[in-house]
Amino acid sequence: MAYSFPEEVLEYVFAFLSSDKDRNAVSLVCKSWYEIERWCRRRIFIGNCYAVSPQIVIRRFPEVSAVKIKGKPHFADFNLVPEGWGAYLYPWISAMARSYPWLEEIKLKRMVVTDESLELISKSFKNFKVLVLSSCEGFTTDGLASIAANCRNLRELDLKESEVEDLSGHWLSHFPDNFTSLVSLNMSCLGSEVSFSALERLVSRCPNLKTLRLNRAVPVEKLPSLLRRAPQLVEFGTGAYSAEIRTDIFSNLVEAFSGCKHLKSLSGFWDVVPAYLPAMYNVCSRITSLNLSYATVQSPDLVELISQCPNLKCLWVLDYIEDAGLKALSSYCKDLQELRVFPSDPYGAEPNVSLTEQGLVTVSAGCPKLQSVLYFCRQMSNAALIAIARNRPNLIRFRLCIIEPQAPDYLTLEPLDTGFGAIVEHCKQLRRLSLSGLLTDRVFEYIGTHAEKLEMLSIAFAGDSDLGLHYVLSGCESLRKLEIRDCPFGDKALLANAAKLETMRSLWMSSCSVSYGACKLLGQKMPRLNVEVIDERGPPDSRPETCPVEKLYVYRTVAGPRVDKPDFVWTMDEDAALRLS
Amino acid sequence: MRSIMGDYEETELRLGLPGAGGGGNEGETSRNNSGKRGFSETVDLKLNLNSNNSDGNQVEDMKQKNLIQASTDSAKPPSKAQVVGWPPVRSFRKNVLAVQKNTTATDDKSGGSSTAFVKVSVDGAPYLRKVDLKMYQSYQQLYDALSKMFSSFTIGNCGSQGLKDFMNESKLIDLLNGSDCVPTYEDKDGDWMLVGDVPWEMFVDACKRLRIMKGSEAIGLAPRTIERCKNRC
Repeated sequence: MAYSFPEEVLEYVFAFLSSDKDRNAVSLVCKSWYEIERWCRRRIFIGNCYAVSPQIVIRRFPEVSAVKIKGKPHFADFNLVPEGWGAYLYPWISAMARSYPWLEEIKLKRMVVTDESLELISKSFKNFKVLVLSSCEGFTTDGLASIAANCRNLRELDLKESEVEDLSGHWLSHFPDNFTSLVSLNMSCLGSEVSFSALERLVSRCPNLKTLRLNRAVPVEKLPSLLRRAPQLVEFGTGAYSAEIRTDIFSNLVEAFSGCKHLKSLSGFWDVVPAYLPAMYNVCSRITSLNLSYATVQSPDLVELISQCPNLKCLWVLDYIEDAGLKALSSYCKDLQELRVFPSDPYGAEPNVSLTEQGLVTVSAGCPKLQSVLYFCRQMSNAALIAIARNRPNLIRFRLCIIEPQAPDYLTLEPLDTGFGAIVEHCKQLRRLSLSGLLTDRVFEYIGTHAEKLEMLSIAFAGDSDLGLHYVLSGCESLRKLEIRDCPFGDKALLANAAKLETMRSLWMSSCSVSYGACKLLGQKMPRLNVEVIDERGPPDSRPETCPVEKLYVYRTVAGPRVDKPDFVWTMDEDAALRLS
Repeated sequence: MRSIMGDYEETELRLGLPGAGGGGNEGETSRNNSGKRGFSETVDLKLNLNSNNSDGNQVEDMKQKNLIQASTDSAKPPSKAQVVGWPPVRSFRKNVLAVQKNTTATDDKSGGSSTAFVKVSVDGAPYLRKVDLKMYQSYQQLYDALSKMFSSFTIGNCGSQGLKDFMNESKLIDLLNGSDCVPTYEDKDGDWMLVGDVPWEMFVDACKRLRIMKGSEAIGLAPRTIERCKNRC
C-alpha cells in the first residue's frame, strides 16, 4: 500500500524550493518526484554551457521561465582564452525560442552573443522581461535596438561589463513611447552618447525605475534633470563626474540628490572633479554600496566622502585610497562586508601610492562583518596574513593579488605559505581564494587539508612540483573550479586524481607542464570529461607526446565533445567518446 | 648560416619558472627557495642558448609567447616585461585608467601626454616592436634599449662568432651603431629623417615611427649619410 500526496500537493510544496541544490536532491528521491519536479522547475542555472546541451535541458525541463548560463572560463577575463574559443549563445536561443515561448529571463556570463541572437530573443519571447549580459561580447548597439524596440514588457536591461561594439547611441531611442515597464537599466559599459532627450523621456515615463547606471558620455550637468524625474531611484550610476567648477551646477546637483530619498547604491564617477563630490553628501547616510573604482581621486577626498557613509556595506575603490584611507574606512564603516581595492597603475614598476598590506590588516581589524576581499597591492607579509586570518575568521572570499609574481614576504623574504595557511585554517567558511606571491608546495598542503568549504581556487606562478597540485585535488572536498597558470604542475598529479575532476565543474591549466600524452590518457580514462587541449602552435600530434600543452581545459559534461570547436582546440579521445554516446 | 627564424627559436627569452631550465619533462622540478627571487631576475632578455633539448624549447617557446614587451632604461627603474593577463586586471578597467592617466597627465604638464609610443621596425626582424620614447633621456639610451629589444635577431653575420656576439652587449651596440645600420624616423610631416640631427626632446616630439635600416638598403644610401651615422653613434 503506497500512500502518497497527490501530485498537485507535491508540486505546491516544491514551489517553495528555490535552490537548485534542493531541487536536485528532491528529484533524486524517486521517479515520480523526479517527474513532478522537472515539470515545475521554472529557473535553470547552467554553470558551464558545454556541460549540457540545449536539447537535454529542454527535454528534462519543459516549462522554464528563467535561464542563467555561463560560458567561457574565468581566465578569459584576462585574455588567456583565445578569441573564437566558443561559448556561443545562438544555439541556446534558437532551441529555446521553439520550446520556451514564455521565457522571461536570460542572464548570461562570458558568452558570445550576436545581434542575431538578440533579435531572435526580442521576437521569440512575448513576455520577455530580464536580460543581463555580464562580461559578454559579440554584439553591437544594433542588437540592443532590437531588444528596445520589441520587448514590450522589458523590466531589466543590464549590460554589466560587456564588450559592445558601439555603433551609435541611437538604440535607446528605439524604446516605444508607450513603453513604461523599465525597472533597471545599466548601460555603463557603452561609449556612445545616447540622445539625452530620449533618455529623459524614458526615465520620466517609467515610474518603477529603480536602477539607472549611465555611461561616461552623460555629463554631470545633465544629472539633475534625470534625478528629478526619478526620485524613487535606489541605484544610480553617474557618467563623467566632471565639469568646470560652477556654483549653479553644484547646487542643482545637491538639490537633485537630496530629492532621492531611496538611494542606496552609487557608481560611475569617471573623470571625477573632487569639488563635485560633496554634492552627494546628503544621500551618503543611506548609501550601502559605493563603486569608486574609476574615480581617480586622492585619499583625502575619498576619506571625506566615505566618512559620510556609516552604513556602507560594499566599497570598490582604487588604491588611491592608500593605507590612511583604509584606516578611516575601518573606523567609519563598521558595517562593511565587501572591499575591493583595484590598482591604479598595475604595470608601473614602482608603487605610485602608499597602499600596503597594512591597509588590509587595519580593515580586517576594524570591520567585524568583512567577508569578501579583493585586494591588489605590492607587498605582503606572513605576519599580515596571519593577522587578517585571526581578525576575520568569517571571511568567505579572499582574493589577494600581489602585483609582482612570486614576491616573497617582504620582511622575512620567506614564501607566503604560512600566511595563506593561516587564512584557510582560520576562515573555515572560505569559499573562494586567489593566491599570489612566492608560494611553495607547502601552501597547497595547508589548503588541501583545511579548506573544506573552498569552491573556487585561483593559482598563478606558484608551487614547486606535482605534489602541490596533488594536495589540492586530493583534499578540498568542496572544490568546484580550479584555475591555474604558470605553475610547474604536470602529469602525475592530474592523472592520479582524475576521478576528482568529475566532482568539479572545471579545471583550467595554462603554461604548466602537462604533457599531450597525459591529456590523451586523461581523455581516454574519463569519458564523461571533455579534455580540451587549447594550443595555437598547431596540432599537438605534430609534437612529441611529452611536449607540454599550452592550455588545458577539463570539464565534466553529459553532452559529449562539443561540435563548435575552433581549429586550435582538440578534445582528447573524441572518437571513443562519440562511440560511447 | 641558419635562417633568421631558425635562430629565433634557438634563442628563447627566458621566463624562468622555478627550475624551469629543464622544462618540458614530466615530474618534479625542485627549487631553491632561499632569498628573494624577484620577477625581474627571472625575466630578463638574456639569451639562453639551450642545448638541443626540444622539449625545453617547446616550453620556452610558449613562455616567450606570454611576454608582450619589455624595455629597460638606465635612468628609470626597469619596467617589467608584461606577461599576458598579469596582473589580473580586466581590459575595460585597464583602458579606463590609461585614458584617465593621460588626461590627468595633460592637466599637470603643459601640453603633450605622458607617453610617446612609436613603432620600431628593424630590417630583417620578423615583427615590429613599440617603444615609449618618453622613457629615455638621450639617443644613446634609446639605442641601448633597441639593441636589447632586437638582440634575438641576427644582425649582421651569424656564424658561431656572431652568436657569441649576441651575448656581448657592447658588441650589440656596435652592431647597431655600426656602419651597416642607419636609424631613421618618420616625422610629423611624413618625411623620413636621419635620427640624431635634432635635440632629443624635439626628436621625441616629432617622431612618429622608427626604422632601423640595415644591410643592402643602407648601403644604397649616400656614403656621407653612413659616415655621419658612424661618427654620431
